[in-house]
Amino acid sequence: MVDAAARQEGLLEERSHARPFLLNGFKWAVGVILPLTLALGWELAVYAELSNGRLLPPPSRIFAEFVSLARSGDLIFHASATLGRVYAGFGLGALIGTALGALSGASIGARRLLDPTLQALRAIPSIAWVPLFILWMGIFEASKIALIAVGVFFPVYLGVADAIQSVDRKLIEVGRVFRLSRFAMVRRVLLPAVVPSWITSLRGGLGLGFMFVVAAEFMGASEGLGYLLVDGQQLGKPTQIVAAIIAFALLGKASDSVLMLFARPFLAWQDTARARL
Amino acid sequence: MLTIESLCKTYSDGTEALASVSLTMDAGEIIAIVGGSGCGKTTLLRLIAGLDQATRGRIGVDGETISAPHPAIGIVFQEPRLLPWLSVSDNVGFGLAKLASDERDARVSEALARVGLGDYAERWPRELSGGQQQRVSISRSLVAKPKALLLDEPFSALDAFTRASLHEHLLALWEASRPTVLLVTHDVEEAVTLGDRVIVMRPRPGRMFRETKISMARPRDRLSPAFESAKRRVLLDLDASLKNPDALERADVAPGAALWW
Repeated sequence: MVDAAARQEGLLEERSHARPFLLNGFKWAVGVILPLTLALGWELAVYAELSNGRLLPPPSRIFAEFVSLARSGDLIFHASATLGRVYAGFGLGALIGTALGALSGASIGARRLLDPTLQALRAIPSIAWVPLFILWMGIFEASKIALIAVGVFFPVYLGVADAIQSVDRKLIEVGRVFRLSRFAMVRRVLLPAVVPSWITSLRGGLGLGFMFVVAAEFMGASEGLGYLLVDGQQLGKPTQIVAAIIAFALLGKASDSVLMLFARPFLAWQDTARARL
Repeated sequence: MLTIESLCKTYSDGTEALASVSLTMDAGEIIAIVGGSGCGKTTLLRLIAGLDQATRGRIGVDGETISAPHPAIGIVFQEPRLLPWLSVSDNVGFGLAKLASDERDARVSEALARVGLGDYAERWPRELSGGQQQRVSISRSLVAKPKALLLDEPFSALDAFTRASLHEHLLALWEASRPTVLLVTHDVEEAVTLGDRVIVMRPRPGRMFRETKISMARPRDRLSPAFESAKRRVLLDLDASLKNPDALERADVAPGAALWW
């Protein structure tokens, strides 16, 4: 009986080691099936002359444009400019959003003071800030970074404040039993409890950061992937537009993956479906 | 010594949860409190722990009046309430942040070894069974060396075998520092197994009803006539507490019948 149980346990252990390998092998394959099928379908349609591919070029032409931009150094140059703006705006927005969200979530007084104003500001379309930011900060980097920071700020603020208010009262009582100060309660109980929600809101904020960088670069940038989009439109180069869009998608996905890479050690304690899938 | 004098608790909606509860516990004494649902057992513990405020009355530890969480009072809840983002050892050392890391580590290791979880120090709480989690929770409270430990039905969610094992662990931990223990439980056998005194509370409003002194040496044989007799007396008190005042005199009433209401 014991042997059978042990064998069973061993089998389970063997499976648990084998599973990640299999999953890793298929994970990527499953993820690229849809885009590859669509790309192949469009390539064949243009090859069969069902479309001339002028306004939406086939993947082969986009790939050639992508390689050309990469070889000339333009892709790295513009992508670096975009990434610099996104990360600066993201850092600023996430920092202020986290601090004010923590304050608003942990203190009723702070919430009464801050939340109505911030909720009202949230209702303003962020693009509406553009003229004011240009007047205040000029047309260069500061106004662009500020616009991205505004876009990142609200999901992070809301995510952190809401998560803190949703922390299990029973865990807060554990902190009270051990006589934690208000600051220690925030640092040792509230903030760790909200890490999963915080990371989700950071991911949302990062995604919005990539959205807002396009708007920011439409404001008159001479570098950045947004500039490549405008340039492609004005010069009638759809391959450049699609190449820039693909670069956005790759950078966005890569940035999200890097964020998750840093976040994963802080989520190891979770016992969730996500951790098991 | 833990003293409770004329403690009352009335909630804002007018519900009287406790009415003039008084109790004196000697150092190192284990007192078990049993009673029907809604008799104020948990309210009493929450007031002593400083998690709720009494409407009237006084709680004192060694002469000092307390009205908020106090280092001399530890509490173990019905659920283990471990912080899921901390390892087992960090959970046990949670209340020892002000100690030097060497001393904290030594105390945590010793506490975990006492409850047989020395090899689990770096595990996450989710990797432990319910009984193991509750052992960590008890260790977390006792490692801070409180003078009084409050236990709010800590074994109620566990199976009988695990519960019996945890009784042994609890007594081993209690032996090490001999705090005063106030145990709230629904289980009369558990109360007689652990308590020096078993107090029955009656509901609406919650108040002390009767007390049974258990003078058997530990560990107690649950099959001995003395154990059976003590258990029977507590069960009869419990029946009587639930508005059955004739229970003590009536031989035809099965002890414990009130528990099945």
